[in-house]
Amino acid sequence: MLSGGDMLIRALRDEGVECVFGYPGGAALHIYDAIFRQKDVKHILVRHEQAAAHAADGYSRATGKVGTLLVTSGPGATNTITGIATAHMDSIPMVVLSAQVVSDKIGEDAFQETDMVGISRPIVKHSFLVSDPSEIPSIIKKAYYIASTGRPGPVVVDIPKDHTDPSRVFEYQYPESVKMRSYVPAGRGHAGQIKKAVQLLLGAKRPVIYSGGGVIQGDSSELLTELAKKLNFPVTNTLMGLGAYPGTDRQFLGMLGMHGTFEANTAMHHADVILAIGARFDDRVTNTPSKFCPHAKIIHVDIDPASISKTVSADVPIVGAVESVLKDMLSLVNSAEQGTDQEAIGDWWAQIDEWRQRHGLYHANRFDTSGERIKPQEVVQVLHEVTKGDAYICSDVGQHQMFAAQYYLFDKPRRWINSGGLGTMGFGLPAAMGVQIADRDACVVCITGEGSIQMCIQELSTLTQYNLPVKIICLNNQALGMVRQWQDMQYDSRYSESLYEDSLPDFEKLMEAYGHVGITVTQRDDLRSKMEECFAMKDRVVFMNVMVDRSEHVYPMLVAPNGSMRDMLLSKTERT
Amino acid sequence: MRRIVSILMENAPGALSRVVGLFSQRGYNIDTLTVAPTEDPTLSRLTLTTVGDDHKLEQITKNLNKLIDVVKLVDLSDGAHIERELMLIKVKASGAQRAEIKRCTDIFRGQIVDVTSTIYTIQIVGTADKLDAFVQSIGEASILEVVRSGVSGIARGEKVLSI
Ligand SMILES: Cc1cc2nc3c(=O)[nH]c(=O)nc-3n(C[C@H](O)[C@H](O)[C@H](O)COP(=O)(O)OP(=O)(O)OC[C@H]3O[C@@H](n4cnc5c(N)ncnc54)[C@H](O)[C@@H]3O)c2cc1C
Ligand SMILES: Cc1ncc(C[n+]2csc(CCOP(=O)(O)OP(=O)(O)O)c2C)c(N)n1
Ligand SMILES: [Mg+2]
Repeated sequence: MLSGGDMLIRALRDEGVECVFGYPGGAALHIYDAIFRQKDVKHILVRHEQAAAHAADGYSRATGKVGTLLVTSGPGATNTITGIATAHMDSIPMVVLSAQVVSDKIGEDAFQETDMVGISRPIVKHSFLVSDPSEIPSIIKKAYYIASTGRPGPVVVDIPKDHTDPSRVFEYQYPESVKMRSYVPAGRGHAGQIKKAVQLLLGAKRPVIYSGGGVIQGDSSELLTELAKKLNFPVTNTLMGLGAYPGTDRQFLGMLGMHGTFEANTAMHHADVILAIGARFDDRVTNTPSKFCPHAKIIHVDIDPASISKTVSADVPIVGAVESVLKDMLSLVNSAEQGTDQEAIGDWWAQIDEWRQRHGLYHANRFDTSGERIKPQEVVQVLHEVTKGDAYICSDVGQHQMFAAQYYLFDKPRRWINSGGLGTMGFGLPAAMGVQIADRDACVVCITGEGSIQMCIQELSTLTQYNLPVKIICLNNQALGMVRQWQDMQYDSRYSESLYEDSLPDFEKLMEAYGHVGITVTQRDDLRSKMEECFAMKDRVVFMNVMVDRSEHVYPMLVAPNGSMRDMLLSKTERT
Repeated sequence: MRRIVSILMENAPGALSRVVGLFSQRGYNIDTLTVAPTEDPTLSRLTLTTVGDDHKLEQITKNLNKLIDVVKLVDLSDGAHIERELMLIKVKASGAQRAEIKRCTDIFRGQIVDVTSTIYTIQIVGTADKLDAFVQSIGEASILEVVRSGVSGIARGEKVLSI
C-alpha cells in the first residue's frame, strides 16, 4: 500500500524515468518527501523552473527519452510555461508534473493557485488533472505514452496536494500497457501512396530530399542516409533536422530556408521532385508559399496529418512514421527494375556543383577573414575542429545560433540541440545541463550570445552543484545581434534598445564567483589556442567570452516579403 | 461555406474546453455548439457549425481529430444529412395578434407551450433557416426573448457515427 506521493515516484521508476528536473514548494512537499525516501529516481534541483523544462527538453533531445520535470503550484507552474511552449513547438516528448492546491480549494483563489491545465492548454499535447490518488499510476502511464508516441509533445499532469497525502494509502500496480480508444498514432504509410512516391523519385531529373526534425525524432537517420546514397540525391536539412544526414558528406547541401545555403535554396527552387520527410514547411523555410518550388511535385511524409498540406499542398501525401515509410521506400527502390535517370541526375549534380562554386557556404570563403577582428563564423569553425565535430552543441537564439547551424557540420543526429519553433533565448544553458546529465562523459557545449546567456544564467549554480562541466562559448558582439541585423537592414541602423551601453558583467569574475573558469578572447591569433585550453579542462565549466566583430550579419538571407526560395541576400552588397 | 461537424468525444472534464480552445487559438469561429452525453455515458456527442473554405475546414477537422479526447469526427455537410434546431420564443400576444400568431405557429408546425393573457411562448423545431424565417414572420416588434439550442445533426441512411 502506497500513498499518492509514493505511487507517483514509484510509477516514474517503473516507467524507467532516471531523473527529474525540478524545484520544490508547498503543494509539492508530499512528493518531495517521497523523493527523499527512495534512490531510484534522481532529482536535479535547478535554479528556476523555466530551466527545469529546458533541461528536461535537452535531455530528451539528446537521448530520445521523455524528459520529466516536477514543480510546485502557482508560480512554480507558471514559470515552466516558456519551457513547455518551446518543447511543444519542436515536438519534444516531455512530462510536466505540477503540484496543485488541495482539491477542495481549487477555484477559491487559494494560496498559490493557478489553473495550470487551463493556462497550458494551447501548448501541450494533452493534460490531466488527477481527481483521485488511485488514478495516479494509470495517468502516469498514459502521460508517457501520449508524450512519446505519434507526433511527440509535452503532457501536463496536475496533482492536487491532498492526492499525495502520506496518510492515505492505496494498492499500487503499474499498468503494463495502455490502450486508448481516442488516441491511435499513425503507423505505416499507405502502400499505394508510397509506391506512387517511389515512381516519382525514380523518374526525377532534379530531385531534392528535404528532411526535418521528424527524421531525428523518428531515429531514422541511417535509413534516410541509405535512401539518399542509393538514389544519389542531394539532401538538405531544416534547422531542426541538422545531423539527420551527415553534414560533411558530398551529397549534403547544408540547411535550407531563411538562413539556408545558396545551393540548398536554389536547388529547392529548381527541383522537379521534392521528398519532404519529417518536415513541416515552416515559414522560415518556404518564404512566400505561393512562390515555393514552382516546378516541383511534392511528396510529404509526416506522422501528423495536420502537418500535411497545411501551408504548401502535397502532391503525394503520406501519413506515417518516417522509419516505416523509409523502409518501405527502400525496399521498393531496391527491387525496382529500372533505377534513376543517371544522366539527368549527373547533370543536376553538375548544376549544383556550379552553384556551390559560385556562392557555396562551405566551398568558398563566405566571410571576410582578412581583417584583425574575430569573425563569429570562424569561432564556430575552430570549435568544430577542436571538438572534432563530435560535441553536443546546445544553442541559444540569435545570430550565434545561425552561425552554429551553418558552420558546425553535424555528422550525427541528436547533437544539435536548439529551440527552432519558438526561438527561446535562455534555452541553451539549461538544455546543455540536461544533455550533460544524460551523458556525463560527453563533450557538451552551449553556444550563446551575451544576450541569451543572461536569460538563464542562474543555472551556473546548478552546474556547480552537480559537477556538470559544460563549455560555454559566448559569441560576444555586445548587442542583441539578430535584432541589430534587422535594424541595419530595415530601420536604417536605428538601434532601438538592442545595445547595453557598457552594462555587461565581467564574465570572468562572474564565472569565478560560481567556481568556474572564465576566458576572454580578444585577439584573432589567440582563438585556437584558447579554445584548446578551454576544452583541455575536461572537468571544469569554462566560459569563453569571445569578442567578435559586431558588424557581422548572417547571410544568406531570403528576401521577404514576396520572395521565392532563390531570392537571397548573399552579403551586405550582393543579392541573387 | 457553412459546415456541420459532429464529434464523438470522451465525456471527461476538460474535453469541451479543448475543442472550444482549439477554435479560438487558431482563429476559427464557432457559430453554434451543442453537446450532451450519448447512450453510452462515457461518450459525448458534440455538434458544431462553422463557416470556412475547404482548406480551412480541413485544417479544423485535422486539428480536432488530433485532440486526445476526440474519438471520432464527421463533417455532416459532406453528405446527405438531417439537421434540427430547437427554438423557444416568447412573443407579445394580445387582442387580434393572438389569432395571427397562432396561425403563423401552425404554419411553421410549432407549438404554443405557455400562455398568459398577453404572452405566448412558442416552441419550434427545424433547420436553422426555418427558425430564421419564423422569427422574421413574427416581426421584431413582437419578440420578447429568443432561445435557440444550436444545430444538431445526423447523417441520412445507413451511415452512423459510433465507435
Ligand atoms: C532565429 C531563427 C532562424 C531560423 N531560421 C531557419 C532557417 O533558416 N531554416 C530552417 O529550416 N529553420 C529555421 N528556423 C527554425 C524554424 O522556425 C522551424 O523551427 C523549423 O524550420 C522547423 O523544422 P522542421 O520542418 O524540421 O519541423 P519540426 O518542428 O522539427 O517538426 C517535425 C515534423 O516532423 C513530424 N514528425 C515527428 N516525428 C515523426 C516521425 N516519427 N515520423 C514522421 N514524422 C514525424 C512532425 O509531425 C512535424 O511535422 C529558425 C529559427 C530561429 C529561431
Ligand atoms: C525570450 C526571447 N526574447 C526575445 C527574443 C527576440 N530575439 C531574437 S534573437 C535576439 C537577440 C539575441 O542576442 P544574443 O543572445 O546576444 O545573440 P546574437 O544575436 O547577438 O548572436 C532577440 C532579442 C527571443 N528570441 N527570445
Ligand atoms: Mg549578442
